[in-house]
Amino acid sequence: MVSTNTDDGFVVFDGVQKSYDGENLVVKDLNLSIAKGEFLTMLGPSGSGKTTCLMMLAGFETATNGAIRLGGKEINNIPPHKRGIGMVFQNYALFPHMTVAENLSFPLEVRKIGKAERETKVQRALDMVQMGDFGGRRPAQLSGGQQQRIALARALVFEAELVLMDEPLGALDKQLREHMQFEIKHISDNLGITVVYVTHDQTEALTMSDRVAVFEDGRIQQLAPPDELYEQPKNSFVAQFIGENNTLMGKVEKIDQDLAVVRLDNGDLIDTVPVNVSSVGDRTLVSIRPERVEFNRERLLPDAHTLKAEVLEFIYMGDIYRTRLRVAGKDDFIVKTRNAPDQRRLKPGEMIEIGWRPQDCRALDA
Amino acid sequence: MTDATNSPSTGPMLSADGTPLKKSLQIALRRQKLRALALVAPLLLFVLVSFIAPIADMLFRSVENEIVSETIPRTVIALEQWDYQDGNAAAPSDDIYAALYVDLSEAEEFKTHTRLGSRLNYETTGMSSLLRKTGRGIGRMDTDEYTKQFEALDPKWEDPAVWVAMMQSPGIADILPETASAWQSWQRIVANKNDVLAEEQPEDFIYTMLYRDLIAQPASAIAAYSGSGAEMLQAADSAVDGFEAISLREQFLDIDKDWADPQIWGTIKAFSSPYTAGYFLSSVDLQLTPAGIEPQPENQQIYMLLFGRTMFMSMVIMGSCILLGYPIAYLLSNLPLRTSNLLLILVLLPFWTSLLVRTSAWKVLLQQQGVINDILVWLGLVSDADRLVMINNQFGTIVAMTHILLPFMILPLYSVMKTIPPSYVRAAKSLGATNWTAFWRVYFPQSVPGIGAGSILVFILSIGYYITPELVGGTTGTFISNRIAYHISSSLNWGLAAALGTILLAVVLLLYWVYDRIVGIDNVSLG
Repeated sequence: MVSTNTDDGFVVFDGVQKSYDGENLVVKDLNLSIAKGEFLTMLGPSGSGKTTCLMMLAGFETATNGAIRLGGKEINNIPPHKRGIGMVFQNYALFPHMTVAENLSFPLEVRKIGKAERETKVQRALDMVQMGDFGGRRPAQLSGGQQQRIALARALVFEAELVLMDEPLGALDKQLREHMQFEIKHISDNLGITVVYVTHDQTEALTMSDRVAVFEDGRIQQLAPPDELYEQPKNSFVAQFIGENNTLMGKVEKIDQDLAVVRLDNGDLIDTVPVNVSSVGDRTLVSIRPERVEFNRERLLPDAHTLKAEVLEFIYMGDIYRTRLRVAGKDDFIVKTRNAPDQRRLKPGEMIEIGWRPQDCRALDA
Repeated sequence: MTDATNSPSTGPMLSADGTPLKKSLQIALRRQKLRALALVAPLLLFVLVSFIAPIADMLFRSVENEIVSETIPRTVIALEQWDYQDGNAAAPSDDIYAALYVDLSEAEEFKTHTRLGSRLNYETTGMSSLLRKTGRGIGRMDTDEYTKQFEALDPKWEDPAVWVAMMQSPGIADILPETASAWQSWQRIVANKNDVLAEEQPEDFIYTMLYRDLIAQPASAIAAYSGSGAEMLQAADSAVDGFEAISLREQFLDIDKDWADPQIWGTIKAFSSPYTAGYFLSSVDLQLTPAGIEPQPENQQIYMLLFGRTMFMSMVIMGSCILLGYPIAYLLSNLPLRTSNLLLILVLLPFWTSLLVRTSAWKVLLQQQGVINDILVWLGLVSDADRLVMINNQFGTIVAMTHILLPFMILPLYSVMKTIPPSYVRAAKSLGATNWTAFWRVYFPQSVPGIGAGSILVFILSIGYYITPELVGGTTGTFISNRIAYHISSSLNWGLAAALGTILLAVVLLLYWVYDRIVGIDNVSLG
């Protein structure tokens, strides 16, 4: 389903660059191919260029260089209204002077579709987002979540094959957001549409997407399915941006095909997977997920390197325990453990030994 | 928690100490309310004194007409018995002339007859000079014959003290009603001269009234009087039939023939009530004549034309402000903040120069030897012989006022457009709308509140505009306000000015109401 060849994707960015002022590139050499039916998320901090990419795809910004292709056809010079791309905006952009039904009917009207057919399609779209009875309301009379559904229905009502979503859930509260994430995902799966979804919320990206493109500094830092992104970040930015992350600085002491021993700045040795290091003596930032840290010596490999750690703080968070440790001179090292019946609760002041499986710890660029 | 607060079914909610909740809320809010009131009080007073009160006064002036009944009260009462009947009226009786004689004798002392003349002159030309002339002549009437005849009968009639004693006697007003009434005028005249009543010999009009009373009253009534000067009166009563009679009507006609004209009397009668619709009728090219309401003569019908022109030109100015202001406001609202602020300053720049300077600048530009004509001639578009007439007509007024009022359209438009997120138009385009459709179906409807606010502002401002039409309007480009100003400062017909202003105010309120019904005032937004 995932295509890596840039030539046969449904949506293709081919060497796209974008500059607003002629001096700085907001998007630097973007190459991205999105398969038909794929749910791709562009994730990144604000200013990383992800929204610009979306706007270029929608046609509201022009690419300074490079080509954007949709269904094999270059669309650089096609105005937005002829691209046939559905779009859901951050603030929904429901027309306040029209009723819900009129909002949905708008894209059909401009396509000169007959009244009877319009009404059927509007009703079908409304039913799809479970808002069948709300056609006569004005957007201002709806709650945020309801407006969100209408905006989604409006983007889908004219049967666009590609739907762009620009942080559509940003204005909703946490619970509703989580609910809507699944709903959007289900609808897009059912309809088989291609979705390009922009967000700065990594949870959203991980839960909804087939693939996630992590943007930073106008480049895609990593393009991968959610699990790969989380467990095998390619560089320190991705590692720190996605999920919680413990970092330690050190130098490569010994390097093999799939194991590198890193000497931390305080002299301790640890086992890591070499990702962005190639030779002995390289400075490296070592990344390890809090839930992969182990302090039960019996669960570690017999010859694994371990570190001494002092428990600084124990926080009870319901489903998990969150423990802050001082490790190798840093006192922001986090360990997460599942709240299981046999789980041990660490006490502040306790001295423990921690370690991990080598493949969970990644030696990245410094 | 007390039981009372827990049981809403038993009467009003009570607060914890048992007082009704509403009452304790009121007490709690009272301080806040008083504070708020104290804060707005200065402005409220200022507005009351400087805005509400003048408007109320203006509204009142447009119907107020007490000057006639105050200046010539006896005449007004006497005229009640008289019918005008289309100019074929019976000549007013001597009673009416007698009433006018006393009234004008007093008015002449206080010089109020000239003001009355000015007032009535608005309705019938010639009234002003007639009353001035009569005021001058009223002291020289032949009524001194009566005085002489009474003095000849008994020299004591010359003695003011005798008069004072007699007029103070009880019952004198019953037997000598006109004399008693005239005596009150005499008292006021003497008081006005700072003289002593008992030292001044009464003027001829008192003797005239005495003569009329004695003639009118039966001898038995005079005989029944027993107060001060009873014998003198009885003696005079028996002698008065032999006196030489003076016709007051003739005396008035000697001063001016016009006093025989029923039109004059008809006008006085028509405007004798303390409140009149006359000013309003004049404002709509009608007039109140003795015979009823009639249209003004054709050559004097000006106000409906002016009202119509004011409305029409205000509409045109409003329309051109929308046409010119909308694109500018759109541009401003879509530019980056730095640029739009700079441009906004340019929009506001006219506010910082004097209105007179701007209007005069248009004079320089538009006149026949002006800049624009010069350029057109230089370009060869217009021959030197027929330069365009662009000023001192409607065109000049519309151009200058559109320029002056344009900021009032741009600012509300801008502040409304600023709040329309660009994502609406983007959404429309992404849904398949062309640029025009996106603008017309999505952007424009949302900018309508700005158009509404700007239109109301511009229309209401222009409908009452004065300076610019006065300077560049010539004769065909002046507004109703110029006429109002004329009546305030030149013709001094404040009543008519007030009536015109009241109509203008009513028209504005009416349009406001219509606008509210059609567009809805809630939709008006200033940002």
